[in-house]
Amino acid sequence: MSAPEVVVGRAEVPSRPHETLFRLSVRRFVRHRLAVTGLIILGIFVVLAVLAPWVAPYDPTKLDLRAIRQPPSAAHIFGTDTVGYDVFSRFVWGARTSLIVGFGAVAVSVVIGTLLGVVAGYYGGWSDQLISRVIDTLLSMPALLLVAVFVSVIGPSLQSVIIVISLLTWPQIARIVRGQYLVLRESEFITATRVIGATDRSIMLRHLLPNVLGPLSVAATFYMAMAILLEAALSFLGLGVKPPAPSWGNMVNLATNANTLQNMPWVWVPPAVAIALIVLAINFVGDGLRDAVDPRAVRRG
Amino acid sequence: MVTYLIRRLLISIPTLFGITIIAFVALAIAPGDPLTASMDPDQLARMTVEQKAAARHALGLDEPIPVRYVVWLGDVLQGDLGYSIVNRRDVGDALSARLGPTLLLMGVAALLGIPIGIGLGLIAAVRQYSLPDYLATGFSTLFIAIPGFVVGLVLIYFLGANLKILPTSGMVTLGRGFDVLDLARHMVMPVLLLSLAMAAQVARYTRTALLEVMGSEYIVTARSKGLRSRRILWRHGFRNALIPIITVIGLILPDLVAGAVITESLFGWPGMGQLAVKAAAGRDPSLMMGVILVIAVGVLLANILTDLAYAYADPRVRLGERA
Repeated sequence: MSAPEVVVGRAEVPSRPHETLFRLSVRRFVRHRLAVTGLIILGIFVVLAVLAPWVAPYDPTKLDLRAIRQPPSAAHIFGTDTVGYDVFSRFVWGARTSLIVGFGAVAVSVVIGTLLGVVAGYYGGWSDQLISRVIDTLLSMPALLLVAVFVSVIGPSLQSVIIVISLLTWPQIARIVRGQYLVLRESEFITATRVIGATDRSIMLRHLLPNVLGPLSVAATFYMAMAILLEAALSFLGLGVKPPAPSWGNMVNLATNANTLQNMPWVWVPPAVAIALIVLAINFVGDGLRDAVDPRAVRRG
Repeated sequence: MVTYLIRRLLISIPTLFGITIIAFVALAIAPGDPLTASMDPDQLARMTVEQKAAARHALGLDEPIPVRYVVWLGDVLQGDLGYSIVNRRDVGDALSARLGPTLLLMGVAALLGIPIGIGLGLIAAVRQYSLPDYLATGFSTLFIAIPGFVVGLVLIYFLGANLKILPTSGMVTLGRGFDVLDLARHMVMPVLLLSLAMAAQVARYTRTALLEVMGSEYIVTARSKGLRSRRILWRHGFRNALIPIITVIGLILPDLVAGAVITESLFGWPGMGQLAVKAAAGRDPSLMMGVILVIAVGVLLANILTDLAYAYADPRVRLGERA
């Protein structure tokens, strides 16, 4: 990320005279202990996901019918599940699924949400009316329900889960971008930019966009946690990523069987803990980021 | 006040149209024969290919999507929601049977979750950076991050499966006559799950809202006038914090519905949420439209209720200064 060269003199943190906003933000972030912990946990999961083919001892989609319902042992460190999958291998590949959904949905929604948010916030008028009504409409419905319906229509798979999540939840991003543009376009530095003859396009992208990158990155972080939770919930309900494709959600789904729930905790506890942990970690990172990028941030939450 | 309400109602109508149009178009362009969704399945099974084509034409299924939407809307206004494939029955009947259980579940959960959340948030804000604050904040952070189905499974694991204290599925014990105590026992876990999630969110926002209000200048004024801190908290602090709290409760209501989808599937609760999952899994367009319509209406009514609470808490809204 390139940050504008701004000397922050009035910020609450005493800063060296020529410290950039970016470096100041990094310094604030590092001081936030929970955020750093979150980043480390997230980092571990990312490494696990990237190295999945080498870390996982077995093929996550290959059944071993001679080894079903086995408790953890040296051969299967998290045991095997009710159909003969190695739980640890699916756990490792499940991290990849979750993170692909998280990053994938964020990437698509940030593009759609920023674009529409910029148009609505900068131009106002009827385009704002239209976009805002769509935002209100989508936000008024429970995302899980809409996503479930649409995924079932185009057929459940990893790709369709990502597409549907991002197509239905970009309003979260758009609303924030729109709000920022609405305020900033009236500010004096924009008037000044306009006076020296900058075009709309250059004002929107070169002068306004860098100013929303902070709040945008915070929103994107929380959004990523939400996307991961949505995928897990969908797959848990049997409407998202379906077995044999590995997903933490569909792994936990096995526990809807009373016997598995009660007698084979090794099947569902690891993915359940992992979902909670990764979402918690991302939320901490988001909290830290929020405090770090907002120079006026008062330590409240 | 009445004008205010009417205006709110009118504003919410486009949202209702918007959501049904989005869902209708998506379902209309989905693969599959739409005829199965609009006719009695038994009747359909006896028809020839030509008869089906004629029926499709008669029902207007070969018309463009906008025309079909208007027809669907007309039917809905006359109380005809079409046929459900998975349930093999009229969608209207299927929906009305499910509405009661869901309202019961969500109503009780909201009545418990909201006050508990506000209470926790209050304690956390009043005693900021104390042990109760850390406990309450930790509680809400945890229950916001941990997905509902995981909490639900843990509840079933401990209370249902291992200790066998509570029933784990359904609304009543099968084969037994209706009895309130039995219903209550079935409700404990699903209500607990939903209200925990709700309380966690409400607590977090209550804390933030109250801290913000308590830091404002009129609170300093009240303090310097020598008012008792109890009076400052309730009359000046909480009264003002209530406005953002109500806004947030309105915003998280859709979350409660989403939570109900998970909760009902997990505990076999015969409500709208379970029906929604069934409709999605069975790719049942009429049933999906029906569920979406009912939930959209429900969310909008809840929003209007929130607005009423808003007007109650904020005289400026009531008197029409803002709105």
